[in-house]
Amino acid sequence: MAGGIKKFVVGTFDDEKVLFPAVKNVRKAGYKIHDVYTPFPVHGLDHAMGIRETSLHTAGFIYAITGTTTALTFMSWVFTKDWPLNIGGKPHFALPAWIPITFELTVLFSAVGMVLTFCYLCNLAPFVKKHHFHQRATDDLFVMVIECTDKTNDAEVQSFLQTAGAHEINVQHAETGWWIGRYHKEQKLYKEEKGY
Amino acid sequence: MSLLKYESQQREPLVDGNKDYHQVTEDIIRPIEMKPSLLWYIGFYISVGLLCFGIYSVYREVTYGIGQWNVNKTIGWGWDITNFVWWVGIGHAGTLISAILLLFRQGWRTGVNRAAEAMTIFAVMCAGQFPIWHMGRVWMAFFVLPYPNTRGPLWVNFNSPLLWDVFAISTYFTVSLLFWYSGLLPDLATVRDRAKTKFRKMFYGVASFGWTGSTKHWQRHESLSLVLAGLSTPLVLSVHTIVSFDFATSIVPGWHTTIFPPYFVAGAIFSGFAMVQTLMIVVRKVLNLQDYITLGHIEAMNKVIVLTGSIVGCAYLTELFIAWYGQNPYEWYAFKENRANLFSPYGWSYWLMMFCNVVSPQLFWSRKLRRNITVTFFMSIIVNIGMWFERFVIIVTSVYRDYLPSSWSTYYSPSIWEIGFYLGTFGLFFTCFFLFAKYFPVIAVAEIKAILKTSGENYKAKMTDLEKMDGEKFYIEEVEHGHSPVHAH
Repeated sequence: MAGGIKKFVVGTFDDEKVLFPAVKNVRKAGYKIHDVYTPFPVHGLDHAMGIRETSLHTAGFIYAITGTTTALTFMSWVFTKDWPLNIGGKPHFALPAWIPITFELTVLFSAVGMVLTFCYLCNLAPFVKKHHFHQRATDDLFVMVIECTDKTNDAEVQSFLQTAGAHEINVQHAETGWWIGRYHKEQKLYKEEKGY
Repeated sequence: MSLLKYESQQREPLVDGNKDYHQVTEDIIRPIEMKPSLLWYIGFYISVGLLCFGIYSVYREVTYGIGQWNVNKTIGWGWDITNFVWWVGIGHAGTLISAILLLFRQGWRTGVNRAAEAMTIFAVMCAGQFPIWHMGRVWMAFFVLPYPNTRGPLWVNFNSPLLWDVFAISTYFTVSLLFWYSGLLPDLATVRDRAKTKFRKMFYGVASFGWTGSTKHWQRHESLSLVLAGLSTPLVLSVHTIVSFDFATSIVPGWHTTIFPPYFVAGAIFSGFAMVQTLMIVVRKVLNLQDYITLGHIEAMNKVIVLTGSIVGCAYLTELFIAWYGQNPYEWYAFKENRANLFSPYGWSYWLMMFCNVVSPQLFWSRKLRRNITVTFFMSIIVNIGMWFERFVIIVTSVYRDYLPSSWSTYYSPSIWEIGFYLGTFGLFFTCFFLFAKYFPVIAVAEIKAILKTSGENYKAKMTDLEKMDGEKFYIEEVEHGHSPVHAH
């Protein structure tokens, strides 16, 4: 799925202590941060970038109560309506005996639902390919990507990033969405400009 | 560095050596990019050999029936269910490390969680084999699922602990797999982005699902991990509780006790940590990861072993006392004559269990022994043997002399195919583990990086210097403006 080709200024940072004030300054200057790619979860970076809290856990809760209700209604229906079995003369509606399965289905629905939602929201799946602004974003660099609009002077952004403490700075034209592809084949949908 | 991230200097570093982020990647990913050693090939082929023997044993059992095993009407579960409970128990340590220690914010889990979770998944795979093939007519295995059928529909019995087990084990396997794999995604992306060969680019490209490391994705990933940990914590306790219900809800002397759920859970964690030790001591040596799985990690796990071993010991004594105090003649006979009497047919197994699980781990009260790798390795094997015998004692000594003396069966010993099936699951487990250690990062790379600047040896050393500064100045420099580019070192 193509998200359209856009122009970006990319700057790399090698220390979180430099990255945080840089994020703050870039936002203050009015530039639009497309994303910051980091090799590990940097705590507080989402707040610094002004990203809202995720609601994934709420989704997890909804899946969980779906599991609880599914298990309870199904077992009640089977043992009281569809085929009531006499098990040692005990009550047909044997709620205490159903607690283990109800609990297991609650957990199962919640976990499976949350992981699928997570993959859906982050566009994660096998054979999904995305543009990677820097190969070392999964190794040791924090890669800040600033989106250029028609009004942006990219030379200005580049010098701004330099003063903010970025090391490698370049301009890239990139696809923002994802597409079906494999990583051993060069399948770029665009041409890259030479960086400095 | 905010206040929350500050870690006391009294704590041992979790990552030794002078590391930076790139060095962490190098150290952990390099073994994946190298040809495996001769030792790996030897170990792998032995495992595959065992697996083949196991497959043949199962083939015999399926073709000729359960009679290929020496189980009989009196001792119907024998080795098979002993092995099942043993393997499930081993799995529990992985979830404890990855979920419960995450909720308790134990930093040392990052060194061992990935491999321990893999161990969980493989152990549960092995465990699942035993009840399935024990069905005899295994092609009817799908009867345990509540699906609409043409026999009524006649549903499964939701009141039966054996069905609870079906749900518990399958949920446990699914959730552990999801938890493990979602944690692996960022690390697989790291391998992908370093890949030089075509195969690696393709394989890790597919496996990493197109992970980029976007801040929003990390935020969701953190939320996902936290909730999955919160779900796995009661789940792991429920799984062995339900396994213990297989016994505790029956009216067999020696099984019919309310102490079983906590006693089984403690035993499971105990045996699981022993298996983690066995694997980790080998892995850190072979893959050269002593900087990440330090003596501190091994000591921490030994502390869990001595704690859970003592809980298990307490449970053994409690059930013995209650068997006497309860004044039920059948219960007391099972404990006094079938177990505690050393000269009864299986008395030796009870005392072997007592020695391995209760007496020997007490050595770990000594710090010196907790930090001794050789002692730890041998102890981990002893504990695993002991915990296998615990399940053997529970299953066999409770039923071999039942209410009807004419059906007493004291000659039970496993057949070669029964042993072969057990060895086969070792083959399955180690085949999977060898492949995992070759193709996947055995340590959670991203998680190590996240704790590096608070718990790495070189960063802690820097912090010691900073602490010598004037208190107020330290607060302003490090805590308030911790993210400032103008920095004191």
